[in-house]
Amino acid sequence: MLELNNIRKAFNQGRHNEHWALRGIDLEIPPARISVLKGPSGSGKSTLLSILGCLARPTEGRVRLDGEDISALPERFLTEIRRRRFGFIFQQFNLVRGLSAIDNIILPGIPDGQPRAKLLARGEQLLTELQLDHRRDAAVEWLSGGEQQRVAICRALLNDPTVLIADEPTANLDSKLAGEFLLILERLAQAGRTIILTSHDPLVIEADIVDQVFSLRDGRLTGVEIRHPAFRLTR
Amino acid sequence: MKRPADRALLLVLGAALAFAISFADAWRLRQAHETALAASTALVRALRLSDPVLVTEARYTRHLSQADLHAAFQDHPLAFEHFPSGSLLPPPAHLLRHDEDLDRETASSD
Amino acid sequence: MKTWIEKQRHLIDFTINSLARRKGKNLSLLAVYAVLVFVLASVALYTHALRSEAVRVLADSPEIILQRLIAGRHDLIPPDYIDNIGRIRGVQKMEGRLWGYYYDSVLKANYTLMVSPAHTLPPGEIIVGPALERMRGLDTGSGISFRAYSGKLETFIVSDVLDHASELVNADLILMNEADFRNFFNYPAGHYTDVALWVANPLEVRNIGRKLLDQLPDSRPILREEVLRTYASVFDWREGMMLALLSAAILAFGIFAWEKAAGLSAEEKREIGILKAIGWETGDVITMKFWEGLLISLLAFLLGYVAAYLHIFHAEAGLLQPVLQGWSVLYPSFALSPEIDPLQVATLFFFTVLPYTAATLVPIWRAATTDPDLVMRG
Repeated sequence: MLELNNIRKAFNQGRHNEHWALRGIDLEIPPARISVLKGPSGSGKSTLLSILGCLARPTEGRVRLDGEDISALPERFLTEIRRRRFGFIFQQFNLVRGLSAIDNIILPGIPDGQPRAKLLARGEQLLTELQLDHRRDAAVEWLSGGEQQRVAICRALLNDPTVLIADEPTANLDSKLAGEFLLILERLAQAGRTIILTSHDPLVIEADIVDQVFSLRDGRLTGVEIRHPAFRLTR
Repeated sequence: MKRPADRALLLVLGAALAFAISFADAWRLRQAHETALAASTALVRALRLSDPVLVTEARYTRHLSQADLHAAFQDHPLAFEHFPSGSLLPPPAHLLRHDEDLDRETASSD
Repeated sequence: MKTWIEKQRHLIDFTINSLARRKGKNLSLLAVYAVLVFVLASVALYTHALRSEAVRVLADSPEIILQRLIAGRHDLIPPDYIDNIGRIRGVQKMEGRLWGYYYDSVLKANYTLMVSPAHTLPPGEIIVGPALERMRGLDTGSGISFRAYSGKLETFIVSDVLDHASELVNADLILMNEADFRNFFNYPAGHYTDVALWVANPLEVRNIGRKLLDQLPDSRPILREEVLRTYASVFDWREGMMLALLSAAILAFGIFAWEKAAGLSAEEKREIGILKAIGWETGDVITMKFWEGLLISLLAFLLGYVAAYLHIFHAEAGLLQPVLQGWSVLYPSFALSPEIDPLQVATLFFFTVLPYTAATLVPIWRAATTDPDLVMRG
């Protein structure tokens, strides 16, 4: 599904404050499973997530999506892939303030010029699935943290992406909300979506539903833990 | 019409329509004004007038084009009005009272 | 095509929603912008209309008016003077004009007293302009006294009031017969104020002016084309003065608008990052901002222009009249024929809509081309 080959990423390359965030990463993300990138802050897991999600290009190395090398694609195509294939849930949710929940959710559908009615129907369907339809027209700044995250999930799912990417999704949630979030993830994975998270929250890392945990430190992969493959096979 | 875009476009469209109407209205007013214009032109011809009545407070401004003892229209081919400050603003009221005595005719003229 | 339109509607939705977030600020920007366009358009429309009006109305004034000078100052035309002109070829007709000013200390205004060649008025009767009717309450049959130059009060009966439609040229006129005029001003018999001349061939006017100067070295011919040019210049000059005064305001608005349009707040920058991260292309972000700039400036232009049009041609330019026309005691009340110069309107359009739209795009270009992963890092 997603394959990384000897990925290196430098910031401020060639300047006195040059910094290599990733120093040669090889990994493979299996489809329709939940993978977690864990590591202390500064380990490079957010940078790795950006590269996995086509938000950034690696300085060196190759990224393959379904076997196709996408690391050399021009920005426009990368954006299109990002829009159609990936959904993002950011740590701060990154909702656009001043817009209602539904208006935030339909944002990823705008560049393709889909009819508004269609986008709204899809957004409402997602809101219903996440039991948030009663907050449809609320401005996002008036929503609680958990509600904001669910709006962010709806937005990420609007274009029906195959890969869902979440950066520290439980950082701003209490344990109860974090548990609910994991349940949502499980449902999505069961529906066939590939899910990639970064986290250092034990609640996430040790959760039953996680299939693979990649440990990072100083820009290098220090360990890969593959859990209950048997459980997968029976599915 | 619940979409902001439709409302905004409607507003711009409305304004553009008003803009277009203003030209139609200008055309209509021009037609309507023709008779008055013809009457004015006829009067100018009949009375041999040389200047429009724009500024009447001083002799040299009433007939801008006619050199007078205080004429503004002088010999330089491009010289025209020379008293911008006097023609932009009326004199302040307190000066007006103060200088009343200097009016050529102090007593009521009629 | 349909997708393109749908997409633009989406982008406009978004831009309107973002503008609505700072409703007060953006509405006041729109208002100030529209007011600026209003003032500029008012100046342009009024000046152009007044200029065309003056040129059209004066199109039939005498081709040459001949004055006599003594030591460089205007003087009366003596009786034998006109006979000398008679010998110049090409002069179709000539006529001594009798006119002068009378300062009315009641109104503090000058009237133009004139002997009308077109009316035969019985002694003691006058025809007055509409401004006198309005300001002094005169009407047909009413009497008015003026202090003559002999010191005596002379009473006149108003026999008619001139046409209101022609106030631009007749507002302050008082027409009387020649005997009354000469008597009132102690005007020497046989003398005239100046001489009006008509020329058969319009191309000859300048030549005849030269011949007049040769023949009568103490004269000063004023050509109609010079008069028209003078009026055009006077209004140009007033428009220029007005614009010069306004330039500070324009500059201030420019800075304000530039700051508003070109300055990108941290929040807006973050928003662009979010949009790019969730799959908006750089072009989408720029198009969205383009709509913002275009909608604001286009709306400001249209509203400002329409308001200016109403102000000038339906409200007699109440706000601008004193400045552009000159202050005056006896304001003639006249409606202008709405002569509109399309080039002027187009210029105003380009100078108001384009810079603002461009200003909104400059910083967006920079922000929109930055990497979307900043959102992740931030």
